[in-house]
Amino acid sequence: MTEKMIRVLVAKPGLDGHDRGAKVVARALRDAGFEVIYTGLHQTPEQVVETALQEDVDVVGLSILSGAHMTLVPRIKKMLAENGMDEVLMIVGGIIPADDAAELINSGSAEQVFTPGEPLDNITEYISSKCKSNMQS
Amino acid sequence: MQELVAELLKGNRRAAARMISLVENDDPQKRELLKDVYPHTGNAYVLGVTGAPGSGKSSLVDWLLKQIRKDDLTVGVIAVDPTSPFSGGAILGDRIRMQDHALDSNIFIRSMGTRGSLGGLSRATREAIQVLDAFGKDLIIIETVGVGQSEVDIVKTADSTLVVLTPAGGDSVQTIKAGIMEIADIFVVNKSDLPGADKTATEINTMLDMKNDQAWRPPVVPTVSVSNEGIYELWSAVQEHRRHMEDSGRLLEIRRERVRRELTEQVEYLVKNRIWDRVKEKIELESLVEKIVKRQKDPYSSAGDLLSKIKFYDQDSEEGD
Ligand SMILES: Nc1nc2c(ncn2[C@@H]2O[C@H](COP(=O)(O)OP(=O)(O)OP(=O)(O)O)[C@@H](O)[C@H]2O)c(=O)[nH]1
Ligand SMILES: [Mg+2]
Repeated sequence: MTEKMIRVLVAKPGLDGHDRGAKVVARALRDAGFEVIYTGLHQTPEQVVETALQEDVDVVGLSILSGAHMTLVPRIKKMLAENGMDEVLMIVGGIIPADDAAELINSGSAEQVFTPGEPLDNITEYISSKCKSNMQS
Repeated sequence: MQELVAELLKGNRRAAARMISLVENDDPQKRELLKDVYPHTGNAYVLGVTGAPGSGKSSLVDWLLKQIRKDDLTVGVIAVDPTSPFSGGAILGDRIRMQDHALDSNIFIRSMGTRGSLGGLSRATREAIQVLDAFGKDLIIIETVGVGQSEVDIVKTADSTLVVLTPAGGDSVQTIKAGIMEIADIFVVNKSDLPGADKTATEINTMLDMKNDQAWRPPVVPTVSVSNEGIYELWSAVQEHRRHMEDSGRLLEIRRERVRRELTEQVEYLVKNRIWDRVKEKIELESLVEKIVKRQKDPYSSAGDLLSKIKFYDQDSEEGD
């Protein structure tokens, strides 16, 4: 029996038009052995949630540079839960002020927040260790 | 588990998604599930879409979905992208082109990586088709890159197969794998807005005209999948091929052949598992390997010894049935 494959949705909700960062992360995740579902720019929260559902992902990674993270992240987290996906690991990447990051994490909207300059290995290792401990529990 | 099947049959999208994961991961519970799913399958028509990387398969599927939905059919899409042989990971990006349909509750899209073993992918695809079939999809589209044997194998599970070519310098007909040309029911010359499209279509037609023994002569359909040019014609060609398959009895024939293959595979699977379970129970495999390495034994007679030790040859073994 092979190890269960970890599937990650990398999504860019909102209006900002840069996906270079998201693509770099997607590639790093692939190189770390994950299956990455990549959906491109300008996703609505509904699209993100529906994609996460159909693709049965373990992790949702949101890349947000537009500044709308305080509305987008809680909204998507709530909709995931409403669709029976409360177990999904939610991580956020982008330009997120430290206070906002703390609030997102404390309120349970995000499990972890990564800002630009974070070593890619940290992100992949974080997901690996989180998913492994989730599967054992 | 039974609950999962019940939810699937009720049209629960999460149940469908989870079940596809179970078959993809070759979960031990999979066989039980598929057994319960099977009576509810056999209604979907399966359309394979294959062609070189970047030939426009996903964009074509996107436009086809728009066209097909006018006929009020429900659709499942399985989009396969290559797994990196180095890391085992993959970037599955086919959905990017299909995002307009993300919220259409009559369309279900699932991305898959080719993952490890040869044969493993076609098995996973076949089983995912069963899940989507029981889920109630009228049509199931499989997108796969036409470069290797496993892709050719997948396409064998399709009722109609589109092979997508592009004008790329006119040499695309040569670059596509030999085995792929034979499986095409319909040729698509996509990117027909680019120079050389007519020449490519002519090349394919010439090639097709050289063999005249066919009950079905594959049409060659030019398309531009960044707009909707040729999409209506392509969908008409698919429907015509389907009618041909149904009227000629060919559909029943290939489905019967598929069942035959499936049955053979299942028997082989059970036999193999049973034998290995017993072998592992009774025999210290590693010490035998050691002996063979040291040339105290040889693999040829050891295999036979092994099977007689687990009474494989003995019909009335104590384990019976
Ligand atoms: N000029 C032109 N470009 C096209 C056409 N169809 C698709 N493309 C472009 O070709 C590229 C690949 O399109 P996809 O639909 O992703 O191709 P694909 O075959 O699914 O690619 P893979 O899944 O990666 O193998 C994109 O940049 C499209 O915009 C077309 O009809 N004309
Ligand atoms: Mg594609």
